[in-house]
Amino acid sequence: MSEVTNYLCIGCPIGCRLTVEHEGEQIKDITGFACRRGRDFAEKEHTDPRRVVTTTVTLAGGQNIARLPVKSEKPVRKSEVPVICQKLQNMVVQAPVRIGQVVLPGATSDGINVVATRHVATS
Amino acid sequence: MQTTCACDVAVVGGGPAGLAAALGAKEGGAARVVLFDREKEAGGILWQCIHAGFGLHHFKEELTGPEYAQRFLDQARAAGVEIMTETFVLGIDADRRVRTLSPAHGMQVWECKAVVLAMGARERTRPAIHTPGTRPAGVMTAGLAQKLVNIMGFLPGRRAVILGSGDIGLIMARRLTLEGVEVEGVYEIMPHPGGLNRNIVQCLHDYDIPLHLSTTVSWVHGRDRVEGVTVTPVDSRLQPVPGAKGRFISCDTLLLAVGLIPENELSLQTGLALDPATGGPVVSSTMETTVPGIYACGNVLHIHDLVDYVTEEAMVAGWYAAGAVDGRRPDTIRLVRGPGIASCVPHTLSNRVEREQVIYLRVRQPMENCRLHFGEVFERRLRYAFPAETVRVTIKPEVLAEFPDGDLTVYLSE
Ligand code: SF4
Repeated sequence: MSEVTNYLCIGCPIGCRLTVEHEGEQIKDITGFACRRGRDFAEKEHTDPRRVVTTTVTLAGGQNIARLPVKSEKPVRKSEVPVICQKLQNMVVQAPVRIGQVVLPGATSDGINVVATRHVATS
Repeated sequence: MQTTCACDVAVVGGGPAGLAAALGAKEGGAARVVLFDREKEAGGILWQCIHAGFGLHHFKEELTGPEYAQRFLDQARAAGVEIMTETFVLGIDADRRVRTLSPAHGMQVWECKAVVLAMGARERTRPAIHTPGTRPAGVMTAGLAQKLVNIMGFLPGRRAVILGSGDIGLIMARRLTLEGVEVEGVYEIMPHPGGLNRNIVQCLHDYDIPLHLSTTVSWVHGRDRVEGVTVTPVDSRLQPVPGAKGRFISCDTLLLAVGLIPENELSLQTGLALDPATGGPVVSSTMETTVPGIYACGNVLHIHDLVDYVTEEAMVAGWYAAGAVDGRRPDTIRLVRGPGIASCVPHTLSNRVEREQVIYLRVRQPMENCRLHFGEVFERRLRYAFPAETVRVTIKPEVLAEFPDGDLTVYLSE
């Protein structure tokens, strides 16, 4: 018996309604996308949903700011998002910081780094 | 003491619109481009928008707000834009004189060939004032909460309710959740969401945060600090459903994400005309306001949902402000809003241009598989149209050439 799951494409602001027809994990058909990215998203979302995590960590000695914005270098498994945030919770990064600097190496089980997303000068 | 200076293009505001306008002015050949920003560092609201999703159109990659800001700052500096920070603009007149005040230079008067208005928007708070109940601490706009959490490092409370489903509200629902604040739910008075679909998926669905449509906060409880709110369903006229019993929610924080208002106090000093539909200036196809030589772009012109469109529009404004194009050929087509269209920018078009024209529209109602018409000359199919999402239409020069002079009605049909 095949089932139908609906997703909303987050590939761009159009937000196409995607429909995945499947038998358990096995995808039978994907419809509703307006471009290739939507098709790929539906497939990924159904089998291995991922997101780029963005959050902040405590910053010491930074000019004008108390938090350093960071992100995962690549999309991480949705289930690992809270785990990463937990790990970052008690971290303190010392200014100065360069954009792209690795803040937490290998933050996920598949080795994705967390990096800084802005430059910070020392106060 | 006051000094007088001169420049080709002055840009007021150093957010994404101002930075792109300054770059556009440089690309358009302006020799001296000066940008005024009141903060310690230009970049505007992008510094606190730490989430990803910026730049998909412009850079073809997904950047965070700070990364997007940094790229534009670097480009503007490299192009030779003079960025004057901690500089307040006190006044702008119709003769394009800009008065500024800064710790570094005191009072200055800038005589400019062109001025680009890029002051952005401020968050709406009015519904809060209209919300009955006490006036305790713990009620704040979503943007302020964003600044507290992402830059200053304070959490606004432990358990929050969010009123309004604008993008900042949705983004903050996720931010607070990730920082360990419990978000009870998002309440939206309208029957449709105020923010982008992608944000509803990534910020609410991903974290099982419920979105309650056609519901509003009808009472705020608590004497010194918020102790809770009462939420009540509303009818189609946005009034509480008669006889409906409200529901009490215990919380210590109420975030307001109820929309943005273009910041036009300075603009009005020039005597320019505002469009009540957008809350921003009336502009021509070159982003010039009704006052010659004064241009507008970004959220001061109309509220955007994508920074990429801000960038695109601001580059156009800056480029024309630089006077790169010979003289001012007045537009000959006036766009008139017809059925289904809530707003439309720019307000006029030219049918004598050799470049494509971008038009940004908002629709009144959510629609599917509809058609967008420009008079009887041009139409485009839209698979989906939502009030919260800008419809961006590009019109090619050969199509524009067929547009007749005079009024052209833009409307939606099934
Ligand atoms: S399918 Fe393509 S067009 Fe539709 S929302 Fe996804 S990325 Fe955008």
